[in-house]
Amino acid sequence: MTQVHVDVGLDPARTDFYRRLLRQMLLIRRFEEKAGEAYAMGQIGGFCHLYVGQEAVAVGAMAALRDDDYITSSYREHGHALARGMPARVVMAELFGKATGCSKGKGGSMHLFDAGRNFFGGHGIVGGQIPIAAGAAFAVKYRGGDQVSLCFFGEAAVNIGSFHETLNMASLWTLPVIFLVENNRYGMGTALERASAIDDIGVRASSYGMTSEVVDGMDVLATYEATMRAIARGRRDKAPTLLDVNTYRFVGHSMSDASHGTYRTLEEVEENKKNDPIGKFCSQLLDGEILDHEEVENLDTEVIGEVEDAVAFAESSPDPDPENLFADVYHD
Amino acid sequence: MPILTYRDALNDALREEMERDPDVFLMGEEVAEYDGAYKVSRGLLEEFGDKRIVDTPITELGFTGIGVGAAMAGLRPVIEFMTFNFALLAIDQIVNSAAKISYMSGGQFRIPIVFRGPSGAALQLGSQHSQAFDSWYANVPGLKVVAPATPADAKGLLKSSIRDNNPVVFLEGEMLYNTKGEVPDGDHLVPIGRADIKREGSDVTIVCYAKTLAPALKAADTLASDSGISAEVIDLRTIRPLDTEALVASVRKTNRCVIVEEGWPFSGIGAQLVDTIQREAFDHLDAPLLRVTGADVPMPYNKKLERAAKPTPQKVIEAVKQVTYST
Ligand SMILES: Cc1ncc(C[n+]2csc(CCOP(=O)(O)OP(=O)(O)O)c2C)c(N)n1
Ligand SMILES: [Mg+2]
Repeated sequence: MTQVHVDVGLDPARTDFYRRLLRQMLLIRRFEEKAGEAYAMGQIGGFCHLYVGQEAVAVGAMAALRDDDYITSSYREHGHALARGMPARVVMAELFGKATGCSKGKGGSMHLFDAGRNFFGGHGIVGGQIPIAAGAAFAVKYRGGDQVSLCFFGEAAVNIGSFHETLNMASLWTLPVIFLVENNRYGMGTALERASAIDDIGVRASSYGMTSEVVDGMDVLATYEATMRAIARGRRDKAPTLLDVNTYRFVGHSMSDASHGTYRTLEEVEENKKNDPIGKFCSQLLDGEILDHEEVENLDTEVIGEVEDAVAFAESSPDPDPENLFADVYHD
Repeated sequence: MPILTYRDALNDALREEMERDPDVFLMGEEVAEYDGAYKVSRGLLEEFGDKRIVDTPITELGFTGIGVGAAMAGLRPVIEFMTFNFALLAIDQIVNSAAKISYMSGGQFRIPIVFRGPSGAALQLGSQHSQAFDSWYANVPGLKVVAPATPADAKGLLKSSIRDNNPVVFLEGEMLYNTKGEVPDGDHLVPIGRADIKREGSDVTIVCYAKTLAPALKAADTLASDSGISAEVIDLRTIRPLDTEALVASVRKTNRCVIVEEGWPFSGIGAQLVDTIQREAFDHLDAPLLRVTGADVPMPYNKKLERAAKPTPQKVIEAVKQVTYST
């Protein structure tokens, strides 16, 4: 509920860290642009939800995690997968449905998983990942560990039952979960205030006795700092936190719809694009003389190369062997 | 061999598996301080503490999802549904998460979890508390479905289910909890996916599982004494994966088959068995396959109506007489 404003200021000693954040955001942006092109060419099928505009959320939040922490996400999870360090190759290959994809081509865009990175998946049912994230936190507490479980979901999920059931139990049992609401203001074409009787999401956390914070999700450092505070609460007190992270998607809900329409105007989209998290962070770094233009250019060139390599890898990878149709349903 | 109730056999299985593996825990409504709505978990709180015997709020969807997440993180949850009627609220997590996460992740995650509780009708509980969900879960690849009929099988199968690395839907029955039987001492395991011939016979195969074993056996006794018909009673014990081999072998021997199930007829378990049997034993059949099922209505409250809606020994006898042309 409280808007905590921390002026982080830029510290030249942390240049490498800032560079990494910028690089990851650029990587996600370039990756999503390419995914959009590949989708238009029919190389990616089904539902495909891009993350353009929201990069600072995944990157800022993920930077605060340790390798042994847990992550769950929704179907709009390409950015989370990349920010967690999953190679662009295996993510792109999964979008292409190839055997070399992280889920061997059986998951697709909405179901990216990486057990080795405790990346507990892209989930296609709105709110489905919320109790699962609490389950990972339950396991942490059960074993006496100090990891946290970070759960990404959209603001439209705050009206679904699993959200309420899970917040209640997470608070009751003091589970180290961070409920990170990526509040891009719309669930498909429905604005939050058209769907929620109470559109201040923090109030919902309060009703379960849970701390919450409103975060500027267009500011990667603010997102990082807020997540750090939530993590501290989780590790130290085993207490959950809800973060209402304000962001905006610059593209349509999925590849099958336009960026604007009856539910939001082109002007609104354009207005929000002025607040581009990548452009903003770039300016901060340039103004603060942390990086120069050339370095930024180089980073961009580098990630474009990485994405092109990922596409080439995905294109040249084999489809799953039909013999594997029945594999992975059961374990011995 | 000690004689135990089905309830105590389950209790022993839980206790033994929890002693054996610290990753096993029990979660559900009223499992701890109340000792279980049907007392299956009696005494376990005292023995294992509230870290491992976890009372939940009434949030079937939420605690089922928590179980799935805990399983992904390496624990082995046993999730108790007070009854499976309430698991309808959790079916999204059972079907969309537990059953599919292994496949969707290309086999990276396994979900060793047991969903257990009573299923089907008890006595006069009315429509919303009297439904058999066997065929709902059995329809889903990624799930195993187990439905033991006797205390020995209940113990052995629950132990196997807890050790299994896949989600297992474990269907018990209010009407079974008080039934008694011999249960082997010690580490008694019954493998998942293996049917059991509970009575040998030569004229007809009666297929049953869980609550329908009792009417099947009763019918077989009566058929033997009153009509000289020798019925073989095969208890599936596991519905998915189905023990096709045992089922087909029995039908090939007797050439006739009656299937008894508690659930509704349309798209029921029996429909699946008929499909399997006609394909695998077509040339051995001397009569059409018949099914005895629950009536195709929501369960009525009235005692007489309820009885009319359930499979009974009499209905099984009539079906057997039809397939043996001895009416
Ligand atoms: C339970 C459920 N109902 C409906 C849908 C269809 N659906 C997919 S995404 C979506 C909107 C979700 O919006 P939000 O949670 O804000 O996430 P965003 O797409 O904005 O990231 C809907 C209705 C679904 N996947 N699951
Ligand atoms: Mg949204």
